[in-house]
Amino acid sequence: MLDISRSVAKKDHAPKTNGSAMYVGDFAPDGLLYGQLVRSPYARAKVLGITLPPLPEGYFTVDASDVPGVNQVHIVKDDTPVFAEDTVEFIGDPVLMLVGPNEEEVARLAAAVQVAYEPLPAVTDIQSADTAFFTYQFGRGDVAQAFHTADKVYEESFETGYQEQAYLETQGLMADYVDGKVTVHGSLQCPYYIHGALIKALGLSPDRVRVVQDATGGGFGGKEDYPSILACQVAVAAIKANGKPVRVWFGRREDIEFTSKRHPSLCVYKVAVKDGRVTAMDIDVTFNAGAYTTLSAVVLQRGIIASPGVYEVPNLRVQGRAVKTNTVPNGAYRGFGAPQTFFAVEMMMDHIARDRGEDPLKFKLANASVQGAMTSTSGRYHFPVPLPRMAETVRHMSGYDQKWQAYAAPQTGRYRKGIGMSIWFHGAGFTGSGERDHIKAVTKLHKYADGRVEILASQAEIGQGICTTLCKIVANELNLPLDSVFYEYPDTDRVPDSGPTVASRSLMTVGELLRRAAIRLRSQWRDGEEQVVEEHFTEPDFVIPFHIETFEGDAYPTYAWAACAAEVTVDTLTGVNSLTGVWACFDVGTPMDENIVMGQMEGGLLQGLGYASMEQMAADRQGRIRNNSFTDYIIPTSVDVPVMQVKLHVEEYPHGPYGAKGAGELPLVGAAAAYMAAMEQALGANIRHIPFSAEDALHILTENQKEVR
Amino acid sequence: MDNSIEFILNGQPVTYRGSATARLLDVLRDTYRQTGVKCGCKEGECGACSIILDGRLVNSCMVAMGRVGGSDVLTIEGYALTPQFKVLDAAYASVSAAQCGYCIPGMLLASECVLRTHPNPTEEQIREGISGNLCRCTGYNAIVKAVQSAAKEGAGLW
Ligand code: FES
Ligand code: FES
Repeated sequence: MLDISRSVAKKDHAPKTNGSAMYVGDFAPDGLLYGQLVRSPYARAKVLGITLPPLPEGYFTVDASDVPGVNQVHIVKDDTPVFAEDTVEFIGDPVLMLVGPNEEEVARLAAAVQVAYEPLPAVTDIQSADTAFFTYQFGRGDVAQAFHTADKVYEESFETGYQEQAYLETQGLMADYVDGKVTVHGSLQCPYYIHGALIKALGLSPDRVRVVQDATGGGFGGKEDYPSILACQVAVAAIKANGKPVRVWFGRREDIEFTSKRHPSLCVYKVAVKDGRVTAMDIDVTFNAGAYTTLSAVVLQRGIIASPGVYEVPNLRVQGRAVKTNTVPNGAYRGFGAPQTFFAVEMMMDHIARDRGEDPLKFKLANASVQGAMTSTSGRYHFPVPLPRMAETVRHMSGYDQKWQAYAAPQTGRYRKGIGMSIWFHGAGFTGSGERDHIKAVTKLHKYADGRVEILASQAEIGQGICTTLCKIVANELNLPLDSVFYEYPDTDRVPDSGPTVASRSLMTVGELLRRAAIRLRSQWRDGEEQVVEEHFTEPDFVIPFHIETFEGDAYPTYAWAACAAEVTVDTLTGVNSLTGVWACFDVGTPMDENIVMGQMEGGLLQGLGYASMEQMAADRQGRIRNNSFTDYIIPTSVDVPVMQVKLHVEEYPHGPYGAKGAGELPLVGAAAAYMAAMEQALGANIRHIPFSAEDALHILTENQKEVR
Repeated sequence: MDNSIEFILNGQPVTYRGSATARLLDVLRDTYRQTGVKCGCKEGECGACSIILDGRLVNSCMVAMGRVGGSDVLTIEGYALTPQFKVLDAAYASVSAAQCGYCIPGMLLASECVLRTHPNPTEEQIREGISGNLCRCTGYNAIVKAVQSAAKEGAGLW
């Protein structure tokens, strides 16, 4: 183990345990005003007019007419309005905000606002969607020929549902407008995304916009794009509030129902197999984007790039589209499109193996890519692909071979068992050339005269430990005690734009920039003097440039790898299953802190297991999310899982700090497939959708019985 | 109608004047500025608002002020001053059990209650004891480990 991997007490530990950490809801400045959004009750409608109740002194509203700049939230394509104008496009589309000094009175008045609508026909499910926001296509080889000469061709469809980030702290932001400058602070992942959105919506110059992160109670992607929307709304209210601070802090139901989630998906796979090898895949991926585009383009890109899984597929055709429905816009959630396609491809491979009478793991490993092989986008796996060794580790940890054999025999009792394994990767960092062309990260180190060093970067500590790991890197390079290096919550007035806290990029990309900055500072170090060094992103030379028009090149410089086994027991009377074991091996390169990495792996893995089964969420025919509380949307508790046993495998990435790669998203991505593979073995049937409920299991069991009769 | 409700908050007698139907959670946060008591749902489902009321772990969002008269309320702010906290805090630190931190004040109080009832808890007892407290970040492994190690390090305290 490298010295740097040794765990330390996290820098932000004390305020988080003694209760002194300040989250956005904890501030109580004088004159605080509360904002409440008034939202559309229709999935699609024309807005005919707004009638306000009599507003007491000190209460006011803001709507589209109050937006001083452009009524658009800058995300990727800027089609999300700050406030809806002529039409509303989903249930929950904000029309106006009611603002005032007493929270209950604000809620009462907001409920009394009358908006006249003319309902319009709406599309509320993925099947009937007729508008594609984005369509992509890529591939190579001769797919038709491969299907023609195959021993067997398999075709199946897979569906995945919503997943809610369910960060424990709901979304919330505060804003004030003082001396011509807007300040927004609160729960967020990407200060400069918000900064850019505010400049456009408010029509202010960059120096008149300031964004500061507060302690943030989890993000998981949910606070990547959504806060840009909320920030514009709160800031517009703040401008009208004349110096008084305005806060919007969602209740749980509002948060679940109206903020972004993981895209539901529909994937159709056609796979050719010849002599035990996959020779072609024809993949069609559809993501439900919701009413506005937000991040769907980039989520879809990652999803389709990952769609052939870890497998080497000589002939490949991939098609993807993100379709519009009149439902809440979906956005970023840990894994960013890949959990959907990895579920599909891993189940597909399981089904093929079962049809061939082979152990799925053997079939998968026989078809897996190796170092030097072509990626789905005709880039290269430049670095070692450690899957065989990692799968071996998990086989030993879990007793996979014996269990798989034992459970493969026909089971008849009330309780039936199964074990399954999945293997996957996560592309480390931004997809394609985003880092080089768009983000252009800049970081600084500020050395004070007393010898302490401050890291200046825009990374958000959201629980992943970045404020600790970045400090460890810099302290290590400068040979300083960890106490002498510090990192505050980012404030755009003080820190350069080192990019957003997304895509498992912060440690790998920004950490490496800081390591280089530290090396430079060390070589120029002058005792007793104040010094600043700056470092800019450069793309490593080995990268094959990625072209988004053709989806060709290295979509990612490197990959993090995973293998996971899950074991279940199913009660055939109730359909209820319990996970009796979960074992995983993850390669995220050199861990910058063992505890922190293990915490990320275990937490992400559990979210992936929740995604597969208990986290059930659906929109009804009207387009309303039905499961809008922790009573109806169940996330795993401490008694829902056995101890997850996790081991780390280390393949150092030479361009990440001390060999570190992206980590945060990896553990979630393929977990559902391992869980469902285990369920398939227990039930003796193929599974093609998640979340998979007890009712689904019962349904299969009844069908099986019919067949037996 | 305003009532006058006397109770003990972190060892200090206090008198609350206000509605008996107000939520203890809101009163603790707004009136007494105990913002370590977190709000994650206001429906009794997440445990972020956990406090210890007369020795028992409760969700403060589900307690009306009318019930609190004469009671003993311990929030994370008060608990942080105890020797038991010191041991648990160090145990949480040693395994990096606090990620985003939002569940952590409640989780620590739940851990305290586990150790009060079972000074040498089994893994199952720990998992059961914290099962009303949701954590989306950790997967619970680290928290379970922390409680186990606190039981060892703080032997005799509970
Ligand atoms: S806020 Fe009380 S249980 Fe969630
Ligand atoms: S540490 Fe984030 S919810 Fe538990």
